[in-house]
Parts: sequence; C-alpha cells; structure tokens
Amino acid sequence: MSESIREKQFKDTLGLSGEPVIQISGMNKWFGQFHVLRDIDLTVCRGERIVICGPSGSGKSTLIRCINRLEEHQQGTIVVDDIELTDDLKQIDNVRREVGMVFQHFNLFPHLTILENCTLAPIWVRKTPKAEAEEIAMEYLTRVKIPEQADKYPGQLSGGQQQRVAIARSLCMRPKIMLFDEPTSALDPEMIKEVLDVMVDLADTGMTMLVVTHEMGFARQVAHQVIFMDDGQIVEQNEPEPFFNNPQSDRTKFFLSQIL
Amino acid sequence: MNTHNRPFVRTEHLPQSPPPVSTSGIIGWVRENLFSSPLNAVLTISSIYFLYLVIPPFVQWAFIDAAWSGSSNKDCAGYGGACWAVVTARFGQFVYGFYPEAERWRPNLVLVLFAINLLPILWDRVPGRTVAALFLVTGFPLVALFFIHGGLGLEVVPTPKWGGFMLNLIMAAVAIIYSLPLGILLALGRRSEFPIISRFCVLFIEFWRGVPLITVLVMASFILPFFMPDGFNFNELLRALVGLTLFSSAYMAEVVRGGLQALPKGQTEAARAIGLTYWQSIRLIIMPQALKITIPAIVNTFIGLFKDTSLVIVIGLFDLLQVAKSSVTDTNWLGLEHETYIFVALVFFVACFAMSLYSLYLERKLDTDHRD
Repeated sequence: MSESIREKQFKDTLGLSGEPVIQISGMNKWFGQFHVLRDIDLTVCRGERIVICGPSGSGKSTLIRCINRLEEHQQGTIVVDDIELTDDLKQIDNVRREVGMVFQHFNLFPHLTILENCTLAPIWVRKTPKAEAEEIAMEYLTRVKIPEQADKYPGQLSGGQQQRVAIARSLCMRPKIMLFDEPTSALDPEMIKEVLDVMVDLADTGMTMLVVTHEMGFARQVAHQVIFMDDGQIVEQNEPEPFFNNPQSDRTKFFLSQIL
Repeated sequence: MNTHNRPFVRTEHLPQSPPPVSTSGIIGWVRENLFSSPLNAVLTISSIYFLYLVIPPFVQWAFIDAAWSGSSNKDCAGYGGACWAVVTARFGQFVYGFYPEAERWRPNLVLVLFAINLLPILWDRVPGRTVAALFLVTGFPLVALFFIHGGLGLEVVPTPKWGGFMLNLIMAAVAIIYSLPLGILLALGRRSEFPIISRFCVLFIEFWRGVPLITVLVMASFILPFFMPDGFNFNELLRALVGLTLFSSAYMAEVVRGGLQALPKGQTEAARAIGLTYWQSIRLIIMPQALKITIPAIVNTFIGLFKDTSLVIVIGLFDLLQVAKSSVTDTNWLGLEHETYIFVALVFFVACFAMSLYSLYLERKLDTDHRD
C-alpha cells in the first residue's frame, strides 16, 4: 500500500498524467515446469519510460512479450489500455494495434520493400487508404533518417538501418505504447548509436516506452524508472540516479558491477 | 632495421583493379571448368569422344534418314532411319484420343481459355491475380467441362472418348490446381494448435502418402463402385481425378510444411505484434515466404504428378501412353517402339521442362534476399 503511494507521489513529481496504461498485478507465468515470471506487479503510466535490465534468463523479455500477448500468462491480470488480456482473440488484436514492438532481430518482412513493411499494417489493420499510409510511412522513415531506402528490400540494409525501419514500421500504426526487446543487442558497435538516437528522439515525443536493454547510458538519459529483474522477479525498481548510484539489493549491485 | 614494430598508417586509397586475364573470359572459363587438372582434362577429352560416337549416328537416324510421312510402316521401308510417319499419321490420336475430329476445336478453345486464365496468375504484369486464381478453381472447371464434355446444345462427348495428351493435361491441371490450395490448408492444419484439426491432417496426409498411386487409382476405379449404393455412381474419370488430387495434396502439404518450418518464428511474431490477424499474417507474411522457398520442391511435385498421370493406364483410361502402347501393336505400325516412345518421352519432357523453366524464372524474380 505504501509502495503504491510512493509510486504515485513519484509520478506526480514527474508531471505524468498519472493515468495508467499498463497494469500488471500478481502475474505468474510458467514454461512447462519452469516458473519464469513470479508475482509481477507493475503499473506504467501514459508517457512513462521504463528500462528493464537483468541477466539473461531473468524473464525480462518474457515480461514485455506478455504485454502484447506474444506470451500467455497463467495467473494474475494484465490490463493494457483498459483492455484485459484474456483468451478473447478480438481483444488481443485490439491491444496489439495499440502496442508497437521492436525485436532484437528486427523481424522485418524480407519479401516486402521497406515502404511496404511500413504500410502493411496500417492498410490491412487500420484500413488506411494506400496513399495516406505511404505518406505516413515516409514521414516516419524520415524521422528515423532513412527515407531514401524506401524502395529497397530489408536484405539490402545494414543492421542498424533495419532496426530503424522496424521502429518506423511500429510507429506507422501510431501506437500508444512501444515495447523494445533488446533492440541493440544484435547490432555491430558502430550501429548501436544510430538506433539509440532514434529511440531518444522517440522518448522526446512523450511516447510510453518499455525497453529491455543493457544500454545503461540510454537508461540514465531517458528512463523515468529502471527495473532490475532476476530469476523471474522484479528485484529492484527505482529512478535512474538512485538506481545506479545507490542500488539497494546485493543482486543489483553485483549485476551493475558486471556491466558498468 | 627492425621494420616489424614500425607503426603503419595508410595514406593513399587503393582503387579496384580487374582480376587477372587467366581467370576470366573464355580462356579462363575453359581452363577452370574443363582442364583444371590432368584428370579433368582426360575426362573432358573422353566425354567429347563419347559424344562424337553417339550424336552423329543419332542425328543421322532421327533426322537425315528419317521418313516423316506415310500411312503404314511399309512407307518407311526405303529410308533406313526413323519412321516418324507413325507419329504424324496418328498425331490426332496421340493428342486427343478418340475425341471426335469435328469437335476438337472445343478442347483447343479450352486450352486457350486456360492460358488466358493462367496469365494473371503466372505473370505479375497482368493485373487481377486473386480474381483469376479464384476463377481458376471455381468457374473455369465448369467452363472447361461444358466445352469438353458438351451439353446445352453442344454435342456430348462422354469421358471414355477423351484421351491422348489432352487427357494427361486435363488430369495434371485439375490435380495441380486443387492440390496446392488443399495442401496449404493441410499443412496449416497439421501445425494447428487444435489437436482435432492437427490429428485429422496428420492422418489424412500419412494415409495418402502411404499408399502407392496405382493402388489409389485401382481402388477408385474398381473397388469404390462396390461400396456405392446402386444408382449412385460417379464418372470413372472423376474418380481418378479425385484420387490423383488427394494423393498429390498430401505430398504438397508436406512440401509446404517444410517451407513453414524454415521460416523464423520472428516473422509470425512480428506479423501478430503489428496487429495482423491469424489469416492476414498467413496470407501476407507467412505464405508468400514459405511458398517462395518451396518453389523448387513444389514444382518438383508438380512434375512428378504430371508424369504420374500416365499411370491411369492401369485403369484403362486412354492417355498418351496408352495411345502409344496400342499404336505399337497396330499391325500397320509394328516394330516402331523406338519412334513412338521417343515421341511420348519428348512430349512429357517438353511439358515438364517448361514447368521447370518457369520455376527458375519465378525464383529469380522473387529473390529479394540479397544475401549474396
């Protein structure tokens, strides 16, 4: 109870609207016998940016994949944009069109051009007319700084360019929430910065973002909160400054000492 | 004078230079492909000698000394070469079987209509692919049936009179057109999350894949009628067509499933994550890629199927091979097995090779990987 009051005060100081867009409570998930997420409670407000870090296998990717139901949870509730995630496929589709996702391995559609990658969902899901969808796509491709690649195929682009296209593709649906699943982990060092720059720009627009990443510089720069996960649990959650300068749990201290 | 530890900084930019002449051009190609080692040189020379032994006599027999027309094998007596007269004299039967000569414009027309219907599907510069594909599996078979079979004012030509290569084409076309969509559905069904659907598909696929096609045809032709109630019996050709289609759809299902499994899981996830429904993601993301990588295997199955249509010989349908078989026992044309079967082989080869060329064209056109 005191925890949620503290969180509320914290959000008031941030000047966020305080209106929750994601509410996860008492959520548990198993892969077979393996208890991958344990009693997850998390509230994300509109405009809030959260970075999730933790060792591999700690469940951080699974957590954000539960938010757009790429993974199914078995206990507890997840409410996204006032829609509770249940077996109702229609509702899941409704959630997915409001939640964009960027994957570690980009997952662009290799048989479609960059422009077609970006217009596909608006045309088929939002029923946007083609010309308008292309206009929107070009706008976002310009924002991620690769409008000149619009007619190429994903295979002709570098990793960094592909990931920026993937971000633009998600944004074309004008989502309310963006999920990033280790967006820079598969990139060459030279290309990480160009993707992070795009993400920082996106943060500046006030997008609600959940980012699984090990880029602690990014976390310091844009996150409102940093979450450390280990063994399927949220071990520590705090604002970036105290999180990095004064971590409370030994597990967090050890993790930070390994990666910083 | 230790140069090893000296720091190195490149100051000039090296431009691209052409490869050495000995590795490019005709001479380079010949050297690399035909004479790259003593063994290869020996193999090249002996192959050339072998071709020299075989090709000139064949050309002499098949073209120079050949008789091209005549009404029986006696007309070929003086030539010493091939007696193609057997083919030219009975060409109509090879192509149409016993289909009445006066009505042969009807299958010809259907062939033209078929080509027109196929054009938007096979060639992307002609619009209307989806409509054409839907028409091909729904309306077109009725149009074709009307013209080839007759009725409504056209003289009826019952199916036992259909024959020759036309029959092979009809069977192959029907089986190909229906086995691909059926195979796609079976492949998706086999991967379904619902156990009833997936079990049914597995059972179906394994059954049809596990029986020899000849058995299927014989069962459809001779055994099935025993189990049908009296007066409820459908056409023999139709039964063979159904057997052939179900048989090849099982193969097609496994080919398509191979393609589905080769796709990274991320493609489905990305498709679902941007909000596409299951069927949209199948149609727009999964199938275009899965079918693209399985083109060689699909065409392989089609080619096999095309040649398998000649197996209907076991149920007495009068296809091209059956025409050939009966024509070599014709007293007028005795002793002409070579010419007859070379002709049959050539016809099948041309048809299959055309499919193969189209698949190569398609693979090149759809290659968007740019991995090279």
